[in-house]
Amino acid sequence: MSKKRARLTKPTAQHRDPRLEEVMTGTTVFNVPFPADLSTLKGMSPLVIRFPYSVEYLHSYGQDSPFFAGLANRKLLGTRCGPCQYTYATPRLHCPACGRETDWTELPQEGRVHTFTTCYYGSEEFLKETPFHLILVEFDGVDTLLLARLIGVAGPEEIRIEMKVKAKFRRNSQLKTTDVYFVPA
Amino acid sequence: MVSGGVSKFVKARPDATFQKMVKEAFDYALGDVPRLKTDRIDGSVGSYFSDHFTRQLMAGIMATDYLGLCPKPNKRIEGGGATGGLCFQAAWESVASGRMNCCVAFGFETMSRVQTWKGNEFIALASDVNFDYPVGGFYSGYYAMMVNRHIHEFGTTLEQMAMVSVKNHRNACFNPYAQKRKRITIRDVRNAEMVAYPLTLLDICVMSDGAAVCILADEETAFQLADKPVRITGVGTGTDMMRMADRPRGKVILAPNEKESDYRNLTYPGVHSFRAGRSAALQAYRMAGIRDPLREIDFVELHDAYTSSEIQTYEDLALCRYGEGGRFIEEGHPFLPRIDYGMKLKKKGTIPVNPSGGLIACGHPVGATGLMQAVFAFWQIQGTIGRHFGSGELQLKKAERGLIHSHAGTGTYVTVSILERGW
Repeated sequence: MSKKRARLTKPTAQHRDPRLEEVMTGTTVFNVPFPADLSTLKGMSPLVIRFPYSVEYLHSYGQDSPFFAGLANRKLLGTRCGPCQYTYATPRLHCPACGRETDWTELPQEGRVHTFTTCYYGSEEFLKETPFHLILVEFDGVDTLLLARLIGVAGPEEIRIEMKVKAKFRRNSQLKTTDVYFVPA
Repeated sequence: MVSGGVSKFVKARPDATFQKMVKEAFDYALGDVPRLKTDRIDGSVGSYFSDHFTRQLMAGIMATDYLGLCPKPNKRIEGGGATGGLCFQAAWESVASGRMNCCVAFGFETMSRVQTWKGNEFIALASDVNFDYPVGGFYSGYYAMMVNRHIHEFGTTLEQMAMVSVKNHRNACFNPYAQKRKRITIRDVRNAEMVAYPLTLLDICVMSDGAAVCILADEETAFQLADKPVRITGVGTGTDMMRMADRPRGKVILAPNEKESDYRNLTYPGVHSFRAGRSAALQAYRMAGIRDPLREIDFVELHDAYTSSEIQTYEDLALCRYGEGGRFIEEGHPFLPRIDYGMKLKKKGTIPVNPSGGLIACGHPVGATGLMQAVFAFWQIQGTIGRHFGSGELQLKKAERGLIHSHAGTGTYVTVSILERGW
């Protein structure tokens, strides 16, 4: 069993009821018992088959692309609506208040925790990274927030709302929003 | 509304495809109004949340043909967790517009087809995939962040949240349709496995397989078909920005029983409150002529995907002021008056919330959930809980007007509908 598979089957490790871990391995069946009397078929156990489903996307960031190019260059970009005097930490090219196009602007790289959580469980894609800390970051002079990971703390007891955090960037950009993450300032 | 039916919600129904589950709920609903023959049904609307769970595009028509409702009109309604509530309102629109005299709303979800962590991934794809999902897409994490801010703003406690779980699990003990029926304590909730701080396994609803059906008709048809039809007197639908990070920090949208001075230092909605829920409630209240919801509504079935969101929703629905949701449950208002919860409650039963057990105990097969709430509210108003549940513990003495509330995303789509005794 691969290491990844072992992790995926472990979300209830700390559960208080003792029980054997469920695994997704099974046995391939080639012959299925079948009755001679068709009237008994409605009592048959359901057949469950297992198969993978994977898709490769060519996902375009479209008008959001400059944000990701910014991260690759250690810059945190938001957008600003001049007429509304409103700055979006998570960028959007059009201002929903007035409908006009916004302009790209550089955000401060220090901010504060607006709210937080520690995830001990999650979606399959992130399960192997648990526990991880999520924060919404607020910046001085910026009207909306940015969702990011916080690292460098042991658990939720070490995170406070309003604590200062600073941005760090991956050296090797993955062109994902996780190219920026935060640490206690 | 003339009838309803629910297939029992369970963790997995490997014995049935979605068509069969919808058929069970449909046949139950038809059985309750023997005068309704399918030739009087003018069409249907169907709801299911995720194409990924179903792994079948155009599943709506497959349920429609299984029910024998072809070649009449049908369409799919989808809006995340509020899918069922939106479907209920779509059926109402079909009848209210005059397009149909009798319309079936059906909803289902088959969430057991993948493992729980894959299911969480599918659900998290209902968050912005450029900016939110890749950071650690997990809805329990999003709700945990929202309630941590609610705690920061208002001093809501984890014990108050746990009381929601105790209440809803206890109510479900008397509801044979519920998935989780158990007596638990505040301590059990807090000692359960931590999922996303501060939400434990018992603060969060579970995934389910299930289906539900509502049958709606115009007034003349309704009285021909049923002795006790329920009137839909108010509908409201609210929306908000998909990304929590984008929520504005402005002024509270005031309910008729509130004034600006109630909220001098509060920025709204931020991430602690659901503006869509408030918007939906106010639309529905205006339409139904409700000015003081706490006194003018007899019970509420609301979307308690999390214990925290039940508390946040008391406030959105103006059952109490913003910030008072925690105290509202602590004082006992949303408990049922006659059920023993193993705790002392000062003001028990002012307005029972989730008498059925809600999502936390009944389960949450997404596309069916909002319709399930409508069916339970319908039976409650008819006074037929005893007949449908096999025992009358959950039947409220006064249940003339109920509110149902369906909620999606981090509060992105919310529906509120008001149901009243129609006979």
